[in-house]
Amino acid sequence: MKLIFEKSVEGRHCASLPKNDVPEFELGDELRRSHPPRLPEVSENELSRHYTSLERRSFGVNSGFFPLGSCTMKYNPKVNEDIAKLEGFTEIHPLAPVNSVSGCIEVLELLKKLLLEITGMDNLTLQPSAGAQGELTGIMMIKKYHQSRNDNRDKIIIPDSAHGTNPATASMCGMKTINIPSNSEGRVDISRLKEVAGEDTAGLMLTNPNTLGVFEKDVLEITDIIHKSGGLNYFDGANLNAIMGVVRPGDMGFDCVHLNLHKTFSTPHGGGGPGSGVLACKEVLSEFLPYPNFFNTSDFYKTEDIPEKSIGRISGFYGNFLVYLKALCYILSLGKTSIPLSAKTAVLNSNYFKNLLSKKYNIPFPNDCMHEFVISMKDEAKNKGVTANHIAKMLIDRNIHPPTVYFPLIVKEALMIEPAETEAKELLDEVAEIFLEIYDIAMNDPEMAKAAPINTEISQPDEVLAARKPVLNFYDEENVDV
Amino acid sequence: MNLPDNLRFSKSHEWIIIDENNTAKVGISDFAQHSMGDIVFINLPSVGDSFDAGDEIGDVESVKAVSEIYSPVSGTVSAINEELLTSPELINEDPYGSWFIEIEGATIDDSITLMTSSEYEEFCQKES
Repeated sequence: MKLIFEKSVEGRHCASLPKNDVPEFELGDELRRSHPPRLPEVSENELSRHYTSLERRSFGVNSGFFPLGSCTMKYNPKVNEDIAKLEGFTEIHPLAPVNSVSGCIEVLELLKKLLLEITGMDNLTLQPSAGAQGELTGIMMIKKYHQSRNDNRDKIIIPDSAHGTNPATASMCGMKTINIPSNSEGRVDISRLKEVAGEDTAGLMLTNPNTLGVFEKDVLEITDIIHKSGGLNYFDGANLNAIMGVVRPGDMGFDCVHLNLHKTFSTPHGGGGPGSGVLACKEVLSEFLPYPNFFNTSDFYKTEDIPEKSIGRISGFYGNFLVYLKALCYILSLGKTSIPLSAKTAVLNSNYFKNLLSKKYNIPFPNDCMHEFVISMKDEAKNKGVTANHIAKMLIDRNIHPPTVYFPLIVKEALMIEPAETEAKELLDEVAEIFLEIYDIAMNDPEMAKAAPINTEISQPDEVLAARKPVLNFYDEENVDV
Repeated sequence: MNLPDNLRFSKSHEWIIIDENNTAKVGISDFAQHSMGDIVFINLPSVGDSFDAGDEIGDVESVKAVSEIYSPVSGTVSAINEELLTSPELINEDPYGSWFIEIEGATIDDSITLMTSSEYEEFCQKES
């Protein structure tokens, strides 16, 4: 398939502009670029076919089963899109005076109220545009909290089952990570936690359920150990889908939590966004929240003054507004009874699917799981040379998106599977059969596994070359200024 | 398994060699590079940075995952192997020739076990 740049023909275009009926204005040379930008020149028909063709080669939630562990690839209801398309929401400008967009601010305030109820927290900012940015916001606030008390604590305790973004966040904030191992059940090793928690502990970052799909049942003891040492507790809300409406981070001893609206609250994601990593906190951290915040006068909203101890702005303007709108729509559609039902169904689906797969696959932490579980291909890799990666590639040939591979790091040859609550039993039965069939094929004929995928446009791209020497710009080779 | 006798190994799969002036060189073992797969990026500390034994000194990224590298000893970084920053594939090709950093005033700490090649071989067999 040709790139859109290769299809370009000079002078071809897909829009005709009306005749100029205002006086021309000459820009000075200092403002004018030396040559026009090198953009592809194609007709609307060519443009449309090009992107439709790309779409056919991609795989999304609308294409089939997408059990990408820790990513919560649930179905995104179309009603969310209908609401987000309303003109009153789309035809506004971020620089419009706050009192002229009170309806939109009302949306933010309502979403805030509902999310505070779901998290059990006291205050929140909608600003962060991704989960990792929510983490950064939370740890910056925790750091500022300690600084405001003239305390220079700089250690963040993180279990080895954490998402990779946790240690990265701590490091971005100039903190040192203390890694603690999991015990044989895949939970935090409490005795080790007690050993490392102390007067230099700034805080703990914990995901519950963790990346092994295991609920940290000792969570109250864990958060208490940190509080007694003088640290604060950060809840990584990446896996909230398993517990929303059932238990609340605020009731488990956490001082702040980020939510991935794009995961848990069903807004489209994958491929880099748009996301929303809302950060909610307890009163103890409230004064450090990013600004702006709003308050309601009798008939419209106003912006509050910049709070003295705030960590500052995290995103421009209001963040990803349409994502908030879709998340709000989702929460209101499900309501108070169906939010917990959704979480329970996610857990049920995951356990059901795990039991089907356990007929053949090795599941290193075999007890009941939460919303996801992890397979290990360690023995198969050793005995037959069939790795987690080979199974993932074979699934592509059967129109199934591969699970997350080689994560969490504490499981060798990991395949991490999260079916989500939006899949029916019939589909889970069907895809489980495929997983089992693929396993047999791979064990009988490892060479066949290693050749997969065979039905895709490109079989096995050179991942190493792509990572070591990426070509990110069509004009890179020509080395021209674009 | 490729395990030179003159090296010592940590549980987190770094190798280390310390000379008579207490200057150490640190890299990652053949077992480590093999389990990570093709290495595509590496982050190293700066010359002059000081570390305690067990501190993170950088990370290695393969097509599978990012893994942290820990210092098996305490001391101060006196040199880094800049060649690895542009050619990380050398770590896969020659793990024991590809030292990551040189540490001056290298001091062994009881908290980090340093194994002989035969002890490390046994350790790896249990892990795999």
